[in-house]
Amino acid sequence: MKEGRPRSFYVLAIFFAAYVLFLYGPMIAIYVLSFQGPQGGLTFPMNGVSTFWIAKLFQGTGIVDLGAAFRRSLLLGVIVMIVTVVLSVAAGMAFRRKFKAQSILFYSAIASLIVPSIITSLGISLEFRIIDDLIKAHWNENFETSMGLLTSGLGAHLTWTLPFGLLIMFAIFNRFDPRLEEAARDLGATPWQTFRHVVLPIILPSVIGIGLFGFTLSWDELARSSQAIGAVNTLPLDLQGLTTTVTNPDIYALGTVISAVSFTVITLALGTIHMLNKRQAAKGSDAGKGLV
Amino acid sequence: MSEEVLQQASPGLIPGSGTARAAKPTRLPPSFVSWLQAGPMMLVFLAFFLIPLVFVVIVSFWDYNEYHLLPAFSGRGYTDTFEGCIAQLPDLCTIGKTYLKTLKLCFMVWAITLFIGFWVAYFLAFHVRSKTWQMGLSLLCTIPFWTSNVIRMIAWIPLLGRNGLVNSGLVKTGLINHPLEWLLFSEFSVVLALVHLFTFFMVVPIFNSMIRIDKSLIEAAYDAGATGFQTLVNVIIPLAKPGIVIGSIFVITIVMGDFITIGVMGGQQIAAAGKIIETRVNALQFPAAAANAVILLIITFLIITMMSRIVDIKKEL
Repeated sequence: MKEGRPRSFYVLAIFFAAYVLFLYGPMIAIYVLSFQGPQGGLTFPMNGVSTFWIAKLFQGTGIVDLGAAFRRSLLLGVIVMIVTVVLSVAAGMAFRRKFKAQSILFYSAIASLIVPSIITSLGISLEFRIIDDLIKAHWNENFETSMGLLTSGLGAHLTWTLPFGLLIMFAIFNRFDPRLEEAARDLGATPWQTFRHVVLPIILPSVIGIGLFGFTLSWDELARSSQAIGAVNTLPLDLQGLTTTVTNPDIYALGTVISAVSFTVITLALGTIHMLNKRQAAKGSDAGKGLV
Repeated sequence: MSEEVLQQASPGLIPGSGTARAAKPTRLPPSFVSWLQAGPMMLVFLAFFLIPLVFVVIVSFWDYNEYHLLPAFSGRGYTDTFEGCIAQLPDLCTIGKTYLKTLKLCFMVWAITLFIGFWVAYFLAFHVRSKTWQMGLSLLCTIPFWTSNVIRMIAWIPLLGRNGLVNSGLVKTGLINHPLEWLLFSEFSVVLALVHLFTFFMVVPIFNSMIRIDKSLIEAAYDAGATGFQTLVNVIIPLAKPGIVIGSIFVITIVMGDFITIGVMGGQQIAAAGKIIETRVNALQFPAAAANAVILLIITFLIITMMSRIVDIKKEL
């Protein structure tokens, strides 16, 4: 089984390449099309090359108040990212010991992941409507709504990002060597010192991965936001609203800008992970390198 | 006990370990620490997932008029949903037809994503030998997952539209005379987009199962004279089954509840289980929306229970 590549390798390699083309091809098509000339339409061939549509987007004369939606989505994405990282790491640490309600939390996370988003979204919107009605009835008749980007919207996004964070933490601690902590404890470190100086540096690359999931999943979230975001829209909701009405490359330009943010974040995160891994490899363990 | 003694002694034993505080004689009880660590996440799920689900069930039994929720018990959300279902027998009523259609879409997407996902994962797990390449190629499959779903949907428009690349290509080569109308805003484009978006959910768990298969088992099968096909059917598929089931659960539940892809790629013309809920919400008929959500939840739950009979999910994660 060692010599040469079997024929199945080549067949599957072609299959894999076709899959990757299928994944990326259409996306690349709209990135290219967003650089249409001013006369260009929604399809190929290109009618000249320009940054007309992208510039139009930033002038704010176009279709939506892009700037406001952009800032809202960015703010929400960053908050979701931070909360996801902190809560996932904490809960991941808890799961290393047995505790009561362990399986309740586990099944809540899994259920939150697989219960259709529209149901979660509807539930949150009903919850907030009922809270609003209660406030209006008992405390303040002029109360508007408690629904909003950073209340119901944030909650809706967390129900989507936290399960991913928790599952990544499980994967991390599956291959974590607990002897490192024991060693730290034996040397007199407090639990917090053990976490801060031993555990965290080792898991840091994966924690950045959790942050990456937290931000990108929130930045592109649609189904859960749809009913639960309140009066204002996030960027993906605006984009979805445009799909039925817009007939020029505005929409591709918007798509390209949104993707540019995603790719920037992905690159930054992967770059940092790569750097940390290299540093760990270089400075981390000297086991087996010195005296044997 | 002895551990405790060591911990108390050690800071004194190490000269100059000024930063290491002496372990307190009374530590926080471990169960309290666990609650502190897991509590915040539990609270988020409680406030934004579990309680909302309870509200969905409660509101589904409320009454409503054109403008308001009326908190009084009523089965109207359900009777409205199943309107005409008995009268029209043996023909299917609207909700029956919609669910049949959703299940059909679901089955098609499941079959295609399973086929693609299985072979992509197989290639990554068994044919790519260097760890670096394995990482790189897995990443290549993951990156689109981190980008926007709507953009990945509208990305098909310039390809599949009436004047899109596919149609103009086909017309130019003379294979067809008129552009194909069924390429975009049709069931075909819905299935295509769903496969495009969600094969990832199949690849990851299957790859995870496959990567854990001990390679010596495959060599053993080879040495015992099994053909490649026999090894696949009798060794690899049974061992990859947990991943296949988990991936299937993901894909099926996503498609069952989907309303965005079906809306955008179906030109808002195709009915589906998730779209009924959206339509009812837009009409402010919340109890009817909630009733439909309960029905969808029950059907999804039944499918998952059936599938998780096959594997113990908790053991596999």
